[in-house]
Amino acid sequence: MDLLTTARSPWGESIFTHISWSLFWASLVGGLLFLLAHGGYMLFSQHRKRPSEEVDRLERERGGLPAQITRHGFVARAFHWVMAVSMLTLLVTGFLPIVGIRFAWVEWHWMAGVLLTASILFHIVHATFFLDFWSIWVGPKDIPEFKAEMQREMGKEDAPGPRPGKYPLGNRLYHLAVVVAGLVVVATGIMMMWRVRTGLVERNPYIFADVTWGLTYVMHGLMGVGFVGLVIAHIYFALRPEKLWITKAMIFGTISRRNYLEYHDPDRWVADRKKDVA
Amino acid sequence: MPAFELFQPQSVNDAVGVLNRHGADAWVMAGGMDTFDWLKDRIKKPKVIVDLGMINELRGIKDAGGGLEIGAMTTLTTIANDPLVKERFPLLAEAALIVASPQIRNQGTLGGNVSQDARCWYYRAGWPCYRAGGNICYADTPTAINREHAIFNADRCVAVNPSDTAPALIALDAQFVIKNGGSERVVGADEFFVGPGIDITRLTSLQPGDLLTAIRIPNTWAGKGHYFEKVRDRMVWDFALVNIAASMNVSGSTIGDARMVVNGVAATPYRLNAVEAFIKGKARDKATADQAAEMAVEGAVPLLHNAYKIPLMKALVKRAIRGDAEWTS
Repeated sequence: MDLLTTARSPWGESIFTHISWSLFWASLVGGLLFLLAHGGYMLFSQHRKRPSEEVDRLERERGGLPAQITRHGFVARAFHWVMAVSMLTLLVTGFLPIVGIRFAWVEWHWMAGVLLTASILFHIVHATFFLDFWSIWVGPKDIPEFKAEMQREMGKEDAPGPRPGKYPLGNRLYHLAVVVAGLVVVATGIMMMWRVRTGLVERNPYIFADVTWGLTYVMHGLMGVGFVGLVIAHIYFALRPEKLWITKAMIFGTISRRNYLEYHDPDRWVADRKKDVA
Repeated sequence: MPAFELFQPQSVNDAVGVLNRHGADAWVMAGGMDTFDWLKDRIKKPKVIVDLGMINELRGIKDAGGGLEIGAMTTLTTIANDPLVKERFPLLAEAALIVASPQIRNQGTLGGNVSQDARCWYYRAGWPCYRAGGNICYADTPTAINREHAIFNADRCVAVNPSDTAPALIALDAQFVIKNGGSERVVGADEFFVGPGIDITRLTSLQPGDLLTAIRIPNTWAGKGHYFEKVRDRMVWDFALVNIAASMNVSGSTIGDARMVVNGVAATPYRLNAVEAFIKGKARDKATADQAAEMAVEGAVPLLHNAYKIPLMKALVKRAIRGDAEWTS
């Protein structure tokens, strides 16, 4: 089975044209298998929150904390849901024809892509200048947290080591994957706007060589099918009972003081009643 | 030609059985007029050819309650000469009579004519365009030769439907009978043809395993006003640059219900819904024809070399409404 399809260009070159659509099914099945595996694991796993006595102690020590702590400001939430709508539209319009549901999808697809691109550009500016930019990124500094989290996952609830700041490590790694896949899919999608009639740019399929176009389509396809698995995982975690408080925060903006102290390191994510810090 | 396994079933059931067994590997051959070009050029290399030439039940024209049922393997010559077709639906007889050359009409079938593939030479030369499964339309580039291509509804691919009988059948509200395995479905002519937005690799809704067995024409337009005209570069053996098929219910000088379909301008026969609605109840005169012609070409997007199709299409619409092929002013 070929994972990438090739063709012979009019000039005799062997060029990539697309990914094999079997990769779409692989991503879909992979996402569903992960969901089953994680769901099964969670049946036997403890949740990684502080013991209640420790949370009680922290509440006493930090009496100045408000009852509701802002996790996501209105602008950040609006971005998230705009991006979610555009991403789901892109996946639906991109992949329903592959599974046999045929409709005129291209126009919907590129329009959703423009919306996604605009929302990402906005998010970059907003996160850079108005939020705690580094709170979502991962790096070597997170290795102690990674070790501690892995030990807690294995059942050692009292493992020493830092607890998450605003975003759990898994959340940050997911964000990193979405950033990489998202930027590739947006960059290649913008290039592909010169291949279709949009009215936004003057169509010219010859602005790149066939080889470049082939790689563009392949990368767009690979990241697109990657998003199938990523989105399945994202929706799955958003709907898990023990994580609904995070999902609600993406709707209403706040979490309770208790959740804040149970799951976060208040020294790494300093909550402020008046200012949305991240 | 590339090697293939040949099946020559003698019944529809046998044919659909073979088609189901081989799925996308099978190629249905009716008269062979389109098939052999593809095979001899070695562009299409099917593993299996299913030749329908031995299936007698796919041939013939039957009366069907004032309408007609025409077997998919009925030749174009038979249709053009059939007294019932000429009496009830002269539009279809004219369209069949003007396809290609007498030799091709003797061999070519109605089913094959409506199912034939696009004539875009970039596609037929084997270039990896969208229609061939690639990611580019070579005919829609700043340097493309695209005199015969689409002015409407181009969705990445700008190839056009080349059939002469297809617009006639749509103008007659025909229905297409398709068998697949043990099931049968009947689709309207409007649904039978699909554009690149829906499926960029096919011109029809036929899928692997499908067999077009018959075309039914209801009696709705029997004996009504019909018009067909085809414009081509050569008066023999050529595909239409633009053709038009129209059915009209005319009472005195007033137009009633109408169907107007143009081919050679889009990937599917292009039905002029807005024009049909506009002319209903109007006088069949120059003023109506002029306004309808302007309306017909709204939304046209010409390519580098095919802007001539716009005035050509306007002229054909005017003539169809007037019912006069000589009318030029």
